[in-house]
Amino acid sequence: MFKKILIANRGEIACRVIKTARRMGIATVAVYSDADRNALHVRMADEAVHIGPSPANQSYIVIDRIMEAIRQTGAEAVHPGYGFLSENMKFAEALEAEGVVFIGPPSGAIEAMGDKITSKKIAAEAGVNTVPGHMGLIADADEAARISTRIGYPVMIKASAGGGGKGMRIAWNDDEAREGFQSSKNEAASSFGDDRIFIEKFVTQPRHIEIQVLADQHGNAVYLHERECSIQRRNQKVIEEAPSPFLDEATRAAMGAQAVALAKAVGYCSAGTVEFIVDGDRNFYFLEMNTRLQVEHPVTELITGVDLVEQMIRVAAGEPLPFAQTDLTITGWAIESRLYAEDPYRNFLPSIGRLTRYRPPAEVAAGPMLAKGKWLEQARRGDRAVRNDTGVHEGGEISMFYDPMIAKLCTWAPSRPEAIEAMRLALDEFEVEGIGHNLPFLSAVMDHPRFVSGEITTAFIAEEYPEGFQGTTLPDADLHRIAAAAAAMHRVAEIRRTRISGRLDNHERHVGENWVVFIGDQEYPVRIRADRDGSTVSIAGQDLRVESDWKPGQSLARLMVDDRPLVLKVDRIPAGYRLRTRGADLRVHVRRPRAAELARLMPVKQAPDTSKLLLCPMPGLVVRINVAPGDEVQEGQALATIEAMKMENILRAERKGVVKSVNAEPGQSLKVDEIIMEFE
Amino acid sequence: MTDILAELQRRRDQARMGGGQRRIDAQHARGKLTARERLDLLLDEGSFEEFDMFVAHRSTDFGMETDRPYGDGVVTGWGTINGRMVYVFSQDFTVFGGSLSETHAQKICKIMDMAMQNGAPVIGLNDSGGARIQEGVASLAGYAEVFQRNIMASGVVPQISVIMGPCAGGAVYSPAMTDFIFMVRDTSYMFVTGPDVVKTVTNEVVTAEELGGASTHTRKSSVADGAFENDVEALSEIRRLFDFLPLNNREKAPTRPFFDDPARIEPSLDTLIPDNPNQPYDMKELIQKVADEGDFYELQKDFAANIIIGFIRLEGQTVGVVANQPMVLAGCLDIDSSRKAARFVRFCDAFEIPILTLVDVPGFLPGTSQEYGGVIKHGAKLLFAYGEATVPKVTVITRKAYGGAYDVMASKHLRGDFNYAWPTAEIAVMGAKGAVEILYRSELGDPEKIAARTRDYENRFANPFVAAERGFIDEVIQPRSTRKRVARAFASLRGKRLSNPWKKHDNIPL
Repeated sequence: MFKKILIANRGEIACRVIKTARRMGIATVAVYSDADRNALHVRMADEAVHIGPSPANQSYIVIDRIMEAIRQTGAEAVHPGYGFLSENMKFAEALEAEGVVFIGPPSGAIEAMGDKITSKKIAAEAGVNTVPGHMGLIADADEAARISTRIGYPVMIKASAGGGGKGMRIAWNDDEAREGFQSSKNEAASSFGDDRIFIEKFVTQPRHIEIQVLADQHGNAVYLHERECSIQRRNQKVIEEAPSPFLDEATRAAMGAQAVALAKAVGYCSAGTVEFIVDGDRNFYFLEMNTRLQVEHPVTELITGVDLVEQMIRVAAGEPLPFAQTDLTITGWAIESRLYAEDPYRNFLPSIGRLTRYRPPAEVAAGPMLAKGKWLEQARRGDRAVRNDTGVHEGGEISMFYDPMIAKLCTWAPSRPEAIEAMRLALDEFEVEGIGHNLPFLSAVMDHPRFVSGEITTAFIAEEYPEGFQGTTLPDADLHRIAAAAAAMHRVAEIRRTRISGRLDNHERHVGENWVVFIGDQEYPVRIRADRDGSTVSIAGQDLRVESDWKPGQSLARLMVDDRPLVLKVDRIPAGYRLRTRGADLRVHVRRPRAAELARLMPVKQAPDTSKLLLCPMPGLVVRINVAPGDEVQEGQALATIEAMKMENILRAERKGVVKSVNAEPGQSLKVDEIIMEFE
Repeated sequence: MTDILAELQRRRDQARMGGGQRRIDAQHARGKLTARERLDLLLDEGSFEEFDMFVAHRSTDFGMETDRPYGDGVVTGWGTINGRMVYVFSQDFTVFGGSLSETHAQKICKIMDMAMQNGAPVIGLNDSGGARIQEGVASLAGYAEVFQRNIMASGVVPQISVIMGPCAGGAVYSPAMTDFIFMVRDTSYMFVTGPDVVKTVTNEVVTAEELGGASTHTRKSSVADGAFENDVEALSEIRRLFDFLPLNNREKAPTRPFFDDPARIEPSLDTLIPDNPNQPYDMKELIQKVADEGDFYELQKDFAANIIIGFIRLEGQTVGVVANQPMVLAGCLDIDSSRKAARFVRFCDAFEIPILTLVDVPGFLPGTSQEYGGVIKHGAKLLFAYGEATVPKVTVITRKAYGGAYDVMASKHLRGDFNYAWPTAEIAVMGAKGAVEILYRSELGDPEKIAARTRDYENRFANPFVAAERGFIDEVIQPRSTRKRVARAFASLRGKRLSNPWKKHDNIPL
């Protein structure tokens, strides 16, 4: 076994690899850029080597820098994580040349699977289902119909030269195929000057389901079942689970067998993933093979009890796989939520800044990983697991240079509903402040009936949140529980206030029983009767029991309301509270009845008009200002470019207008909502 | 007998109706509450004891003798806020537009005299059209009687003014002499002369809101210490402020039960100071992480934001915080920030509230506008205030403490009790670059030499240890343990006794 390995990566995956290496007694070397000087992976590793400036193309993906770090530290092997150099053949070759072991597949497999067309060809030859289609020349509409019938409807007819939906038609029968062929052909000719057309199976109700494979250098290969990754936003995976709520035993076995066949066909060893697209009838078709550890690998670990990183290291060291296919069973259900530094209320724009607060929920060890002694950290034991793979820490900086994913929160439980419930609570307990993040969105999905039912496709987010995310509206029953909790908490806080020094003896304030809870514009009159263990809150004709050890000032309240857990994030706002739970962000005021009566007399104020301003939607750097004062701009015209999180974001005019003044200049760093320009 | 009791009730009911239902409705229609409704919100339920309910004016001019409503446009008395005594007056806009008459003033004076005698704060809720013109000089005399009491009460009991409607002309000077002024957005304004007079005299066209609204006074003039959305929010937040204040100058700042470990360690503070010395960071994060329960009552947050002032609690007891804010003008001192902080330091000192000073100051803001504006004397106000303060003073230098600004910010030399520095502190006459340009003027043509000199200077002075060698810094502390160290420091100072030499009063450079 290796004595020392280098992790050519950063963030959560570097930390994740370090944990397993440490458990195996292997020393670790971290590499870091300028921006990552104080990063968690640097703190966790036994040694750390600085490899250059912040941009990844001057540090993490510069092969020479990594090779230098290897020489400097004498690492015997390198784990590449995902992204960066993980699927870079040249890197694998450079390591080979220096006699350093690459903890990953052979470079030949990387190469073969790295090209879309080649990989499809190899897959087809290995007996893996690929999306049926016709690549050759199609003479006329009748031939198009014949080919379509052979492929099986529905089919997608598209221009060979096309892209972005232009010259694309879906046909459900022969007539539509003929018609589609003709119009696609015409459109292709006029748009691209190339009227070649191809036809391929149109996959309806598509799901993204992938198979984890593991192969050693001795010809053994197994599959560790599937992961369902259909919850995606613009091809970015957001929520994954294992197993899939959709697969049956036969489909799972067929997909597994094909994935293993493909791995064998390319001489694969190490962990890899074969991605499939699965239609509503459980037909599955090969998409691509990822020759690395996947981001979402923890869900597989949680249901199988296999530490995939450990197996990668062991395989790289030449050890045979310690299990056979029949040893690999599915136990329970695991879900992963990816925490992104992206503001869901601002159309998921990246958000950067200092993590002023970062308190993940406490990890809980349970399930096969615990049973097999593979749990990575000290954690209390329970019947549902909570695991958080993270690369950040409170007081750390989320910079614009790297991927905006900052943590992967996973839960495991014996069943899917229980795993979802565990995730809801874990998300509610996760405290992240200082940056915008998608926790509310993740919570919303966990409560979405379609997600809960398991009836999901890759279009889930696009279909269910077509206008983006505006927060969730909680059902009345939940609002009642929150109102009851708020009233009980407010009472505790008010009683503390009456214990201030300097009171007029015998004339103390008595905190009453009757209150009105205002949540947004809803009002809930309540009556609280407190006893030694908590309180009973009468609300909307029912009595809710509220118990909690919450103390005034604590930012997280864990309560039992009506015998069910409720977790609230609590902040102070003028004269009230901001409560966050289950993806909802509520402004709550608890008032005594007289105050409630008077509050109703207060005017409702309009938010200030910002329509004549261009505000900076995220913290970032001004790259370009495209207009000058006096310019007339059209709707949709580019006004300025802001760089944040390696992304150049073009800000466009929302309506026609004339620029009155420009308040920012290129090179300037802006905060959220800073004024970039004003219109007349 | 029953008839007599009924008669009392009838008169009370009449008094409580103020200017009548029609005017009450009009008050509501303006988005404002009535004088009594406001007291319902400000004071503990059922705690209000009213004085002078049946007082009526004595004016006989301009037909006033036919209209003598009970109360005369102001409701006065005392009550409690969370069980602590407070004297209050609340002007009633429904009665003669809340205008101030001789008797109206007498009512206010009565509760102010009692507040002084009995050692409890005064909160005034202002909603008044101004002087009762029908009474002429008697009304002006009334104002002056109130002014004189504001002056006498200053430094004896805390005085808070909440502007909840108009407050114009001579009326503004009573709030102006109280400790804190708060306003309600869109429904309150304050000015010495109104828009009409302004137009006549200067030809300036300006609205009442622009001239003296909440935004003007919290952002431009700094007359107001804060603004709230509406009456309900304002009064709720005044109750919160009241909990930070002592009842009078003979009592310690209040304490209340707390649920936050005074020894709480905050590892994230170790990375608060950015690697790049020119990069700002938010000092409020440090304040919130030091404070009990992260609770910070900030004052004047929209004015001179390069300095932060407000109240926190440590171990349940009020502490005043003054902190440079590197996010704004690099946290430098200038005319506005010096004035803002100086007045706050003097308030704390007057009322035995310990002061925590957090320092990251690159110096005084240079420039003609500052010099012409008299930054010398304004800067001296803060220096003077710190130097004369005898309350417990704990200072933490987080990063820069350059030049005269170092001296000003509650340095050891100004009788600082505990002067701590983070390891990132740089205590020097100026930044390395500036120093080298003066010390090695002859080498300025040679960038390499200058760079080496700059490095030398940084190595020598860009740290807290030179100051620590001299005892100007008592201890260099870990950022993460700031709360613990500061809390312990204040705990050790609970018995502090220090007095200045006898004098009639000092002569602070006003």
